[in-house]
Formats: sequence, structure tokens, C-alpha cells
Amino acid sequence: MPRWLAHLIVIALVAAAAGWAFASLDMTWNWGVVWEYRAAFWKGWWTTVGLALAALLVSLVIGLVTALMLRSRFTLLEAAARVYVELIRGTPLLVQLLVGWYVIAAAVRVGTDYRGVVGVLVLALFSGAYMAEIIRGGLDAIPRAQIDSARAIGLTPWQTLRFVVLPQAVRIALPAVAGQLVSLIKDSSLLSVISIGEFTFAARNVNSATYSTLESYLPLAAGYLALTLPLSALSRWLERRFRYEAA
Amino acid sequence: MNLAIRGLVQRFTDQRSGAQTTVLDGLGLVTRDIQALVLVGPSGGGKSTLLRILAGLDVPIAGTVAFDGEPLPRDEAGLRGYRRTVGTVFQAYNLFPHLTAMQNLLLPLVQVHGLTEAAARDRVQEPLERFGLASHAHKRPAELSGGQKQRVAILRALVVQPRRLFLDEPTSALDPEMTGEVLDMIGELKAAGTQFVLVTHEMGFARRVADEIAFIADGGCPALEPPAEFFGGCREPQVVSFLERTRRA
Repeated sequence: MPRWLAHLIVIALVAAAAGWAFASLDMTWNWGVVWEYRAAFWKGWWTTVGLALAALLVSLVIGLVTALMLRSRFTLLEAAARVYVELIRGTPLLVQLLVGWYVIAAAVRVGTDYRGVVGVLVLALFSGAYMAEIIRGGLDAIPRAQIDSARAIGLTPWQTLRFVVLPQAVRIALPAVAGQLVSLIKDSSLLSVISIGEFTFAARNVNSATYSTLESYLPLAAGYLALTLPLSALSRWLERRFRYEAA
Repeated sequence: MNLAIRGLVQRFTDQRSGAQTTVLDGLGLVTRDIQALVLVGPSGGGKSTLLRILAGLDVPIAGTVAFDGEPLPRDEAGLRGYRRTVGTVFQAYNLFPHLTAMQNLLLPLVQVHGLTEAAARDRVQEPLERFGLASHAHKRPAELSGGQKQRVAILRALVVQPRRLFLDEPTSALDPEMTGEVLDMIGELKAAGTQFVLVTHEMGFARRVADEIAFIADGGCPALEPPAEFFGGCREPQVVSFLERTRRA
């Protein structure tokens, strides 16, 4: 059986099951009211895209620096990076957001106008811990012989990193980075708890204005899928492409 | 090349057990005015360890090395400067897999030796053609055969116009037919006057190309002889049994 057909069959089965479940609810749909709020959804969706992209860029920088620290010969740097990674990966993002906004941002007197900036930073710190392990894996995958060759042609340690190690590590880490972006997009929905007007926040508002819960949240699921499905496909494509290249 | 090695000691410490292995134990060696020095001997005898020190990649625990009267530096910055004046080729994985053959050749010329990209391209064009690699320049290492990869690696070491080359078993990861094309290239370099130190298990080739052969076995002071004597008149039992083993292989 071709793969596309297998996918199609599975999707049809899932759709049938979902359709049966919704039909047995015997509820009256109220799409009309929710449709009036489409501008709010649209704005929230784009906000989510922007927040996720900004957090991705910052988390790549954090992840790279942390990955280098994890491999550092200086035990203090390594320890700092290790504590950061374990602390972040071991606690819920919800708690990090609440502490970040209501404790740390309040302590340094960040104005409410900068909610979005704080949200992006917390999200980037959260994602950066995962990114660090992904990038460290990429760096560890570079054989020792490559470093020897780089030294043999007279490259400095910095040039070795820039021209030899990083370009290869990025290729190795890229599929996992794309996968991490998928998580990042979904995790950004938690930013609604500190009242950032992203996609989930918009759906919540529509729900409280219309009392049409499913009609408000089903478009939310569709909106996230529209972002994450292409990214998953991209991640798998990158994986295939670079596997071929390395062979 | 006038090479003077005195009292060279190199030890490695096993990361887990902490056990120390002495690979070079006061090795000494002096050559006068030769072009090609070939290091032979059993595996684990210290040939590659010695070559890495000569190439400025590792620092010995004790002892001195001097080429033409100039001692090798011991600090990393000094060694980097030294490495820029020589060329080194390893057994395998010399080329950077994310770069094409051409980009591999250009990288040291542009980033280390400060040539413009155009000047660097000019410089590599003629050697690429001479060694039959011009039509492969656009390929990544994964698309090249083992022999082509090693020839590009030798070329990369060569185009920076080094004072001498260090070749660490450049054919031991290759099939016999590819071994031939790489050895031919090294033979051409010999004819063109390039100085080099070569570690190899190819005894026939060692005999053809060497001015002097050093038998490195137990890290001490090796015998240093011209090939005719080494292969013909050598009386040391250790060397005799080594040669017998390689002949059988």
C-alpha cells in the first residue's frame, strides 16, 4: 500500500470517529456568532506566529551559548549551563511564566507594555534549554578527525568552530530544531496566562463573549495544525536530505 | 631536510583507569639533507604519535625536535604558526564533508593564508588539472571515491606551498587500486622535489620513495638506513620478523 493511501485511510478513520462523537453530542452549533470574531482569531494567530519566531531566534542563541558552555573545560561554566538546563526542563512552563512575569518582571519594574517581551524571553529561556541539548548533540557528532584536520591546515579555534564544526552541527541538528519549533508554537499558547493577546487568548475571549466553547476552540486546533503540520513535514524532509548527504 | 630529534618522550593516560602508556621513550633520530623520510614498523609502535609531534599537532612530554636547526615551538599559538608552514594528511576524514572539493582547497588559502578567493582559485586550477581532479572540483567528499578524497586532501596540503608534508598512512583506508593512484601522486611529488615524512605499511612503495627508512618499534632510538640496506642487509631480528610478517600479509 502506498504511504499516501495509508495516511488517507487513517485520517478518514479518525475523522469518522470524531464525526460520530460530535454527532452523538446532539448539540446545536453556533458558528455564525463565532464567525463575527474572525478578526480577533486572525490577529491572535499572527501574534502567535510572531511570538514563536522571536522566541525561536532568541532560543537558538541561548541554546548555542549553553551548548558551548556544556562542553566547556571550565567546570563553573559547565555547571551553570547544566543547572540551567535541568532547572528549566524539570519545571512546568506555566510556573516559569508566572514567576517570570509576576515576580522577576515585577521586581525589576517592567511596565505592562512589555508583557510581550517578557513572554518571548521566558519562552526563549524555556525552549533554549531543549535547544542546548539538541545543539550539544550536533556538536558531539562531529568526529575528532575533523578537528585535527582543521588544526592541521592552521585554523584558529574560532575559525574551526565557524567554518568546520558549526556548519556540520547545524545540518545534524536542523531536523530536531524544526521539531522543537513545533513544540514552541504549541507552548506559546501558555502565554495567555499572563494576558498576552496571542491565538489561545483570542479563543478564550471569544468563548467568554459568545459562550460557544467548541466553536471557539476548534478553530484554535485548526490554526495550530496549520502551523505545525508543515513544520513537521519540513523536519522530516531535512532529516532525509542530510542523511543522504552524509552517506 | 635536516631533522634532529632528541630524547622524545610521549605518554598517554587512559581517561578511565588512569593507567599510563609510554609510546615514545627517549626517541632520538638525526637525518642529514634528505628529501623523503619513511617511518615503518608494527602497529602501536609509535609511528603516528611521532608524526603528530613532527606535524605540530601534539606536544611531547619531553625532548626536542628541530627541522633545519629550527626547534618546534611548544605553545599552541607558536605551533599554529608552524602548522601553517607545513601540510598534513591523515589516514581518512581529511576533507570537510559539507564543503565541495574546491571549497576544501580554498578554505586554508583564503582563511589562513589571506589570499583573495580569485587568487586562490587561480592557484588551485593548475594542480587540479595536473592530478586529474578538475572535473571533480564541484563535488562533495561523499560523491568522491576514497582515492580521489585522499588526492584532494594531499592537494589541499600542497597548495599552501608548505615547506614539507607529513603523510600519516595515507593509503591504509583504501582498496588496492585506489592505493595505487594515491601512491603515484606521492611518487610524482617526490620527483618534483617535495620534502615529506611518510608513515606507511606499503613496503614496496617505501623502498622506492624513501631516502632513509626509520624502523619505529618500541619508542627507543630507531635504526635509520637507506632502503637498500634496510630491505637488503638488515640484521636486526625485530626488523627481520617485521619484514617477514608484511611480506606474508
